[in-house]
Amino acid sequence: MIYVLVLASFLGFEIIRNVPTVLHTPLMSGANAISGVVIIGAIILIRQTEPTNYLMLTLGLVAIIAAMTNVVGGFAVTDRMLDMFKKKKK
Amino acid sequence: MSMDLLAYYELGYLICIIFFIVGLKGLSNPETARRGNTMAATGMGLAMVLALFQPLEQNHGNYFWIFAGILIGSGIGLASAKKVQLTAMPELVSLFNGLGGAASMMIAIVELYRFPQNAGAWDGQLLVTFFALFIGGISFTGSLIAYGKLQGFLRDSLYLPGSKYINLILLAGTIGLIGYALSQPTLDYTLVTVLLVISLVYGVTFVTPIGGGDMPVVISLLNSFTGLAAAFAGLIYGNQVMVEGGILVGASGTLLTVLMCQAMNRSLLNVIVGGFGGEGGGAAGLTREQVVKEANAADLSIQLKYSKKVIIVPGYGLAVAQAQHVCHELEKTMEAEGVDVKYAIHPVAGRMPGHMNVLLAEANVPYPKLLDLEDANKEFPTTDVVLVIGANDVVNPAAKEDPASPIYGMPILDVEMAKNAVILKRSMSAGYAGIQNQLFFGEHSRMLFGDAKSSLNKLVEEMGNA
Repeated sequence: MIYVLVLASFLGFEIIRNVPTVLHTPLMSGANAISGVVIIGAIILIRQTEPTNYLMLTLGLVAIIAAMTNVVGGFAVTDRMLDMFKKKKK
Repeated sequence: MSMDLLAYYELGYLICIIFFIVGLKGLSNPETARRGNTMAATGMGLAMVLALFQPLEQNHGNYFWIFAGILIGSGIGLASAKKVQLTAMPELVSLFNGLGGAASMMIAIVELYRFPQNAGAWDGQLLVTFFALFIGGISFTGSLIAYGKLQGFLRDSLYLPGSKYINLILLAGTIGLIGYALSQPTLDYTLVTVLLVISLVYGVTFVTPIGGGDMPVVISLLNSFTGLAAAFAGLIYGNQVMVEGGILVGASGTLLTVLMCQAMNRSLLNVIVGGFGGEGGGAAGLTREQVVKEANAADLSIQLKYSKKVIIVPGYGLAVAQAQHVCHELEKTMEAEGVDVKYAIHPVAGRMPGHMNVLLAEANVPYPKLLDLEDANKEFPTTDVVLVIGANDVVNPAAKEDPASPIYGMPILDVEMAKNAVILKRSMSAGYAGIQNQLFFGEHSRMLFGDAKSSLNKLVEEMGNA
């Protein structure tokens, strides 16, 4: 697992090494959407919860809503920003 | 249940990770950015499908709850992303980020609640769950504070005395608490609650002393925290895509944070500890009475008309006034008169790096018209008029001249080198860093007071008349 962590961090550094300033905001926003990957955990959590344990289910539901808002909103807002860059080229 | 099926799911998750990597890579190049974003989103969608159906040792389904959550979250996310004003984008990103942190925190709470009581001391699973809780909690409240500061309902005057020490004590307390909890044979829920409260408080005390002008850096840093929290949550489930995705964001977010600090010529530590306050120097030399020269739209429009070269320096004021379209119109009007018009973009102008680029792109300002800091500074000495629209700290000569100033050392746009500088501003109030700007009192400087949009409108109108 530790190899995986080191490799992934290294990749993360390498990937964005030469980002032009123009793209800092969309990149931050896109990366922010990816950090919503915690949605996977929220899904698994609910699947593992007893169907009668309403407290846990509710907490899980809140987690899914929060993570999903992060994911969908993050990607949508990034797309909106980038859309403006495209228009200008025409 | 056939657990050997899991291998296929592992492979699927690997494909998602590749989508993330290629997506991020794409996002770092203007040509491929949009495709990159779509790629990353596709990876996320695929990962979610896999998570819905991957074999679990204990599976109760509960799909109703899951789909309800997905629907509600998608609705809120889409609606807010569509509705948001361009100027409010940094705030929105900050809010989204806080939600991601909150999700990690909630997962950690649930997993701690059902943690096996017989796990024994020094359990690795327990450690990663604590981390997910702590980092997620900081990211949650920290992002909310950053949101509040950007929205302007939390002012920088909200000063915590000795916040440096409070933060150090909280951090030490957390480490001690986690260590103690781990050493116990059974998990004490009181400790979990205390840890949760500390992490929420820490997020507040961590971000509050940092000045509003530094919020872009803070959001980027909190973004990498959210990534880390997601990675720790992934370790709870041994889920590769969460771990890798989280670490990718954590690492790239950290690097982006450092890049932003470099653009301001400050270290990350300086940003975090420094806290651009109102106090601490910078006011030197302001005690004596100083007079500003006021410009009026009619005279200025004539001057603009007969200039050879004009450079526009946009700042947050342009964004607030939603004046990007009028600004582009003024630029076209001047161009029609044969004036060479360019824009000088400071790397940290606005509330987010690239903020001005996005804004001007929305108004269809051609990309080659945008000069970066270095090129702009070469052009200023031969420029007839510089129009500073709602920018302040990025053109403040104190960054070069006054070692006592909190922004000392930050590279600035040398607007005072131009033959004339006209500053469009609502009032004489200080910029976000809370410091006065000597440029306003400069020999070649004049002020055009008023809202950026109406001032620009007036200029366009006057140019038509002249």
